[in-house]
Amino acid sequence: MRRNPTIPLLALGVPVLALASLMIGADTIALADLLHDPQARLLIVAGRLPRTIAAILTGAALAAAGLIMQILSRNRFVEPATAGTAQSAALGIVLVTLLAPGWGLPAKMMAAILAALAGTAGFLALVSRLPVHQPLLVPLTGLVYGGVIGAAVSFTAYEADLLQYVDIWTNGEFSAVVRGRYEMLWVAAGAAALTYAAADQLTIVGLGRDTAINLGLGYRQVMALGLLAVSVVTAVTVVTVGLVPFVGLVVPNIVSRICGDNLRRSLPLVALTGAGLVLGCDILGRIVRHPHEVPVGTVMGIVGAVTFLWLLNARRSDAR
Amino acid sequence: MPARRLAILGALMAAACVLYLTWGARGGDLGFVIGFRTGKLAALVTVAIAVALSTLLFQTVTGNRILTPSIMGFDALFLLIRTTLVWALGATAYAALDPGLFFLAQAAIMMAAALLLFGVMLRGGQRDLNRLVLSGVVLGIGLRSLTAFLQRMIDPNAFAVIQATSFARFNRIEQDGLLIAAVTVAISAAAIWRWHRVLDAMELGRETAIGLGVEYDRMVRRALLVVAALVSVSTALAGPMVFVGLLVVSLARVALPTHRNAVLIPGAVMVAVLLLVLGQTVFERVLSLQSTLSIAIEFFGGLVFLTLIFRRSRS
Repeated sequence: MRRNPTIPLLALGVPVLALASLMIGADTIALADLLHDPQARLLIVAGRLPRTIAAILTGAALAAAGLIMQILSRNRFVEPATAGTAQSAALGIVLVTLLAPGWGLPAKMMAAILAALAGTAGFLALVSRLPVHQPLLVPLTGLVYGGVIGAAVSFTAYEADLLQYVDIWTNGEFSAVVRGRYEMLWVAAGAAALTYAAADQLTIVGLGRDTAINLGLGYRQVMALGLLAVSVVTAVTVVTVGLVPFVGLVVPNIVSRICGDNLRRSLPLVALTGAGLVLGCDILGRIVRHPHEVPVGTVMGIVGAVTFLWLLNARRSDAR
Repeated sequence: MPARRLAILGALMAAACVLYLTWGARGGDLGFVIGFRTGKLAALVTVAIAVALSTLLFQTVTGNRILTPSIMGFDALFLLIRTTLVWALGATAYAALDPGLFFLAQAAIMMAAALLLFGVMLRGGQRDLNRLVLSGVVLGIGLRSLTAFLQRMIDPNAFAVIQATSFARFNRIEQDGLLIAAVTVAISAAAIWRWHRVLDAMELGRETAIGLGVEYDRMVRRALLVVAALVSVSTALAGPMVFVGLLVVSLARVALPTHRNAVLIPGAVMVAVLLLVLGQTVFERVLSLQSTLSIAIEFFGGLVFLTLIFRRSRS
């Protein structure tokens, strides 16, 4: 096994980015201020630290969820944000907000998770009927499937004057993240981390249903576990920070080119890269129009689309 | 047979227009109500024609039933151009401009950009349709994100100018540049109608068409220019719509099962006018829903798209 320089580079890169994220903001804080200025300390502890942690958790969880989703659908170009999972979660919240306005956040979160589960299961059932020899139909179907569910969300929200709420969930942004407003993301990260325990089983599921069953794997249980993890991660991030596109798509593809598809090895790297990417995009969004901000979802939309186009069309060099 | 179906479609279309003009219009000032609605109807019809023709032309030239200019990101490209122009000019300079002139400038840039961008993407014919469509969809997402990014960079006054045009809407279509838009659509329609025999030949594929004496690559470039002009009209007037064209042309192909563009061109136009005008009447007047026709059409258009994918993959 050859040594790969990317892993130590990433392990070093994420803390550097995190430090930069703590230092960047509308107000400039010198390190020395932290010692004697309680205001500066509050700003860091209640504002920028939660934001940085939120970006790391979101990036890591979304990238891992994207990888799981790609294994479940056995397709490289799929992720929760472009295959209806995120849109289903939004539909779940809108419906709960309309039908049971009194319910608290945990109940809404549960509804979002259930809706995401149903939406993802629907997507998997849909694409299982597509011919195997046309792999690009799967992401295409996912994008339109997500679009149709998104249209249902817009329609419901428009009629009920909830469009502004929906906007919060459909455009990922960290500017509203402060202490007390992001802690649910730990649940998402926990769900992503849980899949690591089943990394070997998921790797085998990625080989296909027949192979997995022949190898004596409880195929349905592992599929259900993966589905649950993807739904929890997506629903929680959509409710907490909104939709951040392409993280789950771009990161696993790049990592898989470097170190293959053994999840035991690639899952931590995927999570780390995802954290770095989202953190980097958030920082970029904060400095490009300082002191104003560009939402991380918008920055990711540009960065991700360009990378995706490259992944899609520049595959001539590697074996295929 | 097609002549009779066209006649029926034409009659339905006329009925829808009359219904739109007169539904619920009572009281003393009937003339004012109808005059007011005629302006809106003219804009709606212009948009419908532009959407139908651009989609049909694009599908014929690329030789498939799934691709549409909107799915490939033409609308997104137009909005990006508009945002970039407003950003570069600033809100005050923009407000001083003649809207018609501004539209023409946008359309010209749009045509050049579309030729550059999509000419490269479409080169080599129908090599790998799935990859082409997926690239187009992703390109559209990227262009929309880039537009959103630029909108964050411009000052609030300029943003207010752009914001109104960034969403699909049928009940408050712009009527400012309507005349220029209508003229653009008329010229494009005349060009497409003159090409209808060439288009029939092009639908047989690149090699066959060249064998029949069609200057294939030159025609593709010309068609892209016309498509870009038509998309400029529909997006400037009614905002971006991803699946409207697909829905309309698919319906027209069901209603008129033929490959002859001489039938499909008027057929698609009539279906588009019928769908938009009737839909707008029902949504606005009968159901009293607010500007959600575009969302409903996106919903059903998306379903049509999924059906097309599945039907194609099974055959």
